[in-house]
Formats: sequence, structure tokens, C-alpha cells
Amino acid sequence: MLTPRLRYEQMLQLPVIDNLLYNVQRQGKISFYMTAHGEEATLIGSAAALADDDEILSQYREMAVLLWRGFGFDEIMAQCFGNHEDTCTKGKQMPIHFGSRAHHFHTISSTLATQIPQAAGVAFALTRDPLRRGKNCAAVYFGEGAASEGDFHAGMLLASTIPSPTLFIARNNGFAISTPASEQFHGDGIAARGPGYGVHTIRVDGNDVLAVYSAVKEARRLCLQEGRGVLVEAMTYRVGHHSTSDDSFAYRPRQEVEDRKRIDNPIARFRKFLDARGWWSDAEEDAYKDRVKKEIMKAFRRGETMQHHPVSEMFNDVYGGQEPWNIKEQREELKALLKKYGKDWEPWRNELKKFKGEGKELSE
Amino acid sequence: MIKSPKLARIPHRNVLSIRSNRRWQSTSAEPPPAEGHLPSVATSSFLRTTPDSALRAPGLQWADDGLSGPPNIALAERETRKMNLYQAVRDAMSIALTKDDTAVVFGEDVAFGGVFRCTMGLAEEFGRERVFNTPLTEQGIAGFGIGLASMGHTAIAEIQFADYIYPAFDQLVNEAAKHRFRSGGQFGVGGLTIRCPTMSVGHGGLYHSQSPEGFFLGAAGLKLVIPRSPVQAKGLLLASIRDPNPVIFMEPKILYRSAVEQVPIGDFEIPLGKAETLVNGSDLTLLTWGTPVYHCETAIHMLRSPPESLAKHIPQSIRSAKVELIDLRTILPWDVETIAESVERTGRLVIVHEASRTGGVGSEIAAEIQKRCFLKLHAPVKRVTAWDANAIRKVLYT
Repeated sequence: MLTPRLRYEQMLQLPVIDNLLYNVQRQGKISFYMTAHGEEATLIGSAAALADDDEILSQYREMAVLLWRGFGFDEIMAQCFGNHEDTCTKGKQMPIHFGSRAHHFHTISSTLATQIPQAAGVAFALTRDPLRRGKNCAAVYFGEGAASEGDFHAGMLLASTIPSPTLFIARNNGFAISTPASEQFHGDGIAARGPGYGVHTIRVDGNDVLAVYSAVKEARRLCLQEGRGVLVEAMTYRVGHHSTSDDSFAYRPRQEVEDRKRIDNPIARFRKFLDARGWWSDAEEDAYKDRVKKEIMKAFRRGETMQHHPVSEMFNDVYGGQEPWNIKEQREELKALLKKYGKDWEPWRNELKKFKGEGKELSE
Repeated sequence: MIKSPKLARIPHRNVLSIRSNRRWQSTSAEPPPAEGHLPSVATSSFLRTTPDSALRAPGLQWADDGLSGPPNIALAERETRKMNLYQAVRDAMSIALTKDDTAVVFGEDVAFGGVFRCTMGLAEEFGRERVFNTPLTEQGIAGFGIGLASMGHTAIAEIQFADYIYPAFDQLVNEAAKHRFRSGGQFGVGGLTIRCPTMSVGHGGLYHSQSPEGFFLGAAGLKLVIPRSPVQAKGLLLASIRDPNPVIFMEPKILYRSAVEQVPIGDFEIPLGKAETLVNGSDLTLLTWGTPVYHCETAIHMLRSPPESLAKHIPQSIRSAKVELIDLRTILPWDVETIAESVERTGRLVIVHEASRTGGVGSEIAAEIQKRCFLKLHAPVKRVTAWDANAIRKVLYT
């Protein structure tokens, strides 16, 4: 009873968080956000089936997997605000580009599908480590749209030939921004491609969290046993817009979305499962959602007022080891500009206030 | 008429073919090597053809020596061996594989020894788990290498020809270069080194002759290295493999066999980011890298004592010009200090590179040097490069 409840709670909290952060973007407090409405079962079902130290390479809609691993609300907010507590990207990337070594979650990049052949390399590294060989896999998430990229083909080839224990999890949610799956491929989804690469493949109802859990669990087992790529295609539906920059009603009827929410709702389906066993109740639902809302609001308010990293941070970590002259000199250039205009030019003066240290480490 | 009694017994139609075969086989020339051959390299004074000169290559840092203080092993006790460039590259990888358990070498056709023999015997020596073929996918090779390196392993990837590096451009520029920066320093792919044969061989055409280093200049986070000789290749490659940043190591393929030196067999590095002055001068700075180093050497000789046919084009007054020749070696980040210091003295800069003119590395160097040395320049910075018309990688020397 404990584990299904845990999974349900993890699924239930997602729309609460998504709704808050989506609205917060609409109010101009963060620059960008992507929700995962409708895909809660795919995300939590798969996350639960992986080991905590399996390496994860995700696309962009998999925050839920990071939350499952214990990533905190404060850290989510820090990255979305890009404030000085952001350890994921030190304020250098757009919102939702999470990453955490401690959680074995590789930093998200906006380029689609690049993570796929990288996952094959990550998995290979695992086989080369005697402590992790046969124990851990590299799980890589991507959408059915990203799977059109050459990098998908490359990743499948490498994981099957080298080979390396790479678990490919395709979220087929029906849309790549406005492009429906029918315009993305003519074949039978992503699953049909797997056998072409000699890769064990399963297609699963992505809105049935228990089915996803079972499928990914078995896929993982097979992946580790054979040390080779395995493909899981989770069939689901993107209820929300692609991102805050998208209005999906420009390309699909509202009724279609409403129908999906009503007829095939992953949270509702699992709720029914728990109800039938007396493992959940309305009162618990309300109480839990209330608690999550309070916690996420608290994290939001806390993160909202924080300053960014110091201005000088923008020149750090371009290179490791000794810093090349061009980086050094360009930092000096900024220094000179701040010294000259930083106090006199109001737009800069106001902007500098948003940074820890207000640029003084450079201008003074 | 057929004179030989042996031939007389052979039916007439077969005699004709034998006769023509004999005539065509009389010169018995061997087919040229795939990577071409540059005869002038063999007599280059820049090659270190004695053990002594090899061991004293400037900037050489022995792995078993500290950074300062007296050497742990006397130079006289160190050994060298005659190696060409591909053998030196192979030697470097062998040392990397020996000393670093996480190191692996992979790419197309590397297992049997590689199309340029750079990986000969490595699979046999270190096993197919550490030296292995990948499918034909440069974007896959780069992506795989990035994944491996992100886990702290040493990934030595080969792209078969620099001309084919473009499918990997997204992985290299968007992912490898930015890996550390975008993850707030949590992740990085310092263990990644991508090797590729570069530059022209004469018969390579559009797609076996390119010098794509210029395309990567905008990808801060990457390093680009181009060696000119076996000693340089071994030291710079070991330094590249161990550098905490992803490095693209481009090997001038025409030099694979043409450049032969005595190469120290021990573990040594040559520092990245440092140019080397090959000839000291005071009248003009000649800057180049890779194969053109040898063409520049020839050009300097021709300037000093021009051949009969060209004599009338070269006034006596300039024949005694002292040209300072510099090999850039690391293209990104490039050694602006050495170049600027030289141009401050000479007042003239000529940059030579095989890549075509527009947007080439020469344009970046020219812009920066004219900014720094503007008041000391006697003439605009000149670029001697391939023309923008792509077909032939030929560089004119003036």
C-alpha cells in the first residue's frame, strides 16, 4: 500500500506544481516553463522502475523524475528563477534545464535528441566500472518528435552494437509543438523502429502507471542482463501546451483536450485503482494537494526575491583548468564598462541590483 | 619481331598482351599512398632527426618530472625511436591506454589499425573492449564520447577525415563545448579528445583535404590543436587527452609518413596554448600551422636564394630579410602573447593557412593583432590562404 500511495502522491503533486509555475510565468516572474500535464504516469511509472543511481539523461519534460529522486522544491525554484541558489546551471540556462550529479540526472540542454547517443556513452562508462557493471543502466527520455533526429538513429546503433546498457524511453505524447505524430512519421510509432536495430522493444499504455512501471522494470532487467539497448515507447497525450510560448488551441480543438482529460486521465485512473482497494480518499486528496500547494508557494516566495549569482559568474566554467586569455580579457572589458557606466546609466544600475554583489566585484 | 624462342612458342594473341604488359610494367611505380607524400619534409631542418635534438625539444614536459626543480631522470638515460607521425600518434594513445584505465579509443575502422594506421596493434594489445569500431556515424561517435567523458572517463574518438566532422558539429559545439558552463560546473567532458586527419594531400579533392578548424573558433569551451611533426604530435596529443577540456586534435595527413623524427619513447607532453618560434627573425613574422610550416620553410629559403627563373621577381633588397617563423600549434585558445610580441618587433605579419580565406582562422588573428600592434605595423596583416573556390587546396607562396 505504501508504494502505490507514494507513486500516486508523486503523480498528484505534479499538476499542482505545474499550475503554479505556469501561472507564475504568465505573470512575468519567470521567463519560461513547460508542464507535463497528461504524462504523469509515464514519468512516475518509469522513475519508480529505475534504481536511484541509474544515470538519467532527459529531454525537458521530465522534472517529475528528478522530483521522484528527492530533488527539492527550493532547488526547482532556484533554477527557474536563476537565482544564486541555482546549482543546476548557476543561472546560465533557461528555466526547466535541471541537472544534478548527486541525483544522477544529467543537465538538460535545449537541443533535442543530443542526449540519446550520449546515453549510450554514459551506459558504456557504467560497464567499464566494476562497481556498477550489471547494476546500473543509463535511461534516456525523449519525445516522439525528437526521435526523428539523426541522433536517435545514432544512439540506437551504438547501444545495440558496442553494446551498452541504454534504456530508451520514448514519450509518445502525440505532439511536437504543433506537429502531430501523423506528420512526424509514417511508420508505426517509435516502437516499430526498435526491431530494425535489433533492440528489444515494448510499447506500453503510458497513462497506466502500473503498466509503465512493469514495462520499464522488465526492460531495465533485460537491458542489464544483456548489456544492450532496450526501447520502451509509452503512449500518452500531451494535455498541456508545448510550453508557455505555445497556445495549442491554435492547432487542436479544445474539445479534444477536454475529452482526453476526461476519458484517459492517468491520475484519475490510478486514483480509481487506489479507491477500489481503500488506499485513498477524498479527504486525503484534498489534504495532500493543499500541503503541496503550501510548500511550493513557500518555495516560490522564497526563491522569488533572491538575487542572481554575482555578475562575474558569467565568465566562469567556460573552460576547466587554466583560463584562456580571451575569457580573461573579456571579463576585463565588462569591468571597464561597469566602472564607466555602472553608476550613471540607470538601466544598468537597476539591473545590477538583481545580482549578488551588484557587480561590485567587477566595478570596484 | 619476336626473337625469344620461349615467346615464339606462345600463340600470337597472347604474345601481344605479354609484350604490352612488359612495357607497362617496366617503370614499376608503386601507387601513391592514400595520405600523399611531401618530399620537402624529409629534408626539413625543423625535424628532430637525432635523439639529442628530440630529447631537447623546447617545452617538453616529462611525465615523471616535477614542474620545477632538477629532472628526475637524466636526459642521457632517456630513449628515442625513429617514428613517423602516425606512429607517434599511435605511441601517444598506447601510453594513454596504459596509464589510464578509463581510456578507450573508438571510431570507424580503428580496430584493424585505422585507415591511416594510427591505431595499429592497439586492439590486440589492449583488447576490443578498449579499442573498438563504431558504426558509421560521426554524430554518434561524438555523442558517445561526450557521454563517456561526462562520467569522468577518457574518450579518445577518431573521426576518419576532418571533412566528415560536420555531422558531429552539433554535438561538439552545442554539447561538448558548453557542457561545463551550462551545468554550473557539475558536469564536464574534459576527458574527450577527438582526433581527425586534416589538410590536403594533392589528390584528395573537396572531401579529403579540408581544414575545418575555423568553423570551431566560436565554440568557446573547445580547444583545437594541430601538430607539425611526430614529436609535436605525441606531446601535444598526450597533453590534449589529459587537458580538462574537450580537444579536437587535427593531424595533417600528408605528414603521416612524410614527417619522420626521433621521438622520445617515454611519457611526455608539450603544452597547449603555446606557439613555437621555429626561426628567429626581425623583419617579418610568418605565422602558420600544420603542413604549411614546411612550405613556409621552403619559401624562406627561396627568398634568400631564389631559383634562376624567379630571380627577377625578387629584388635583392628583400632577399636578406630575416623572417621569423612561428608554428601556432594550438589554434584555440591561440597564443596571442607570442604572436603580438613578435609583431611588435617585426612590424609585419603574414598568416598562412590551408583553409580558405573568408572566415578562416587568419581573419581572427589578423583582427586581434591589428588591434594590439596597430601603431607598430608597417603594412596590413596579410593572409596567404586557399582561395574561397573550394575545389583545390593549393596555397601560393610569395
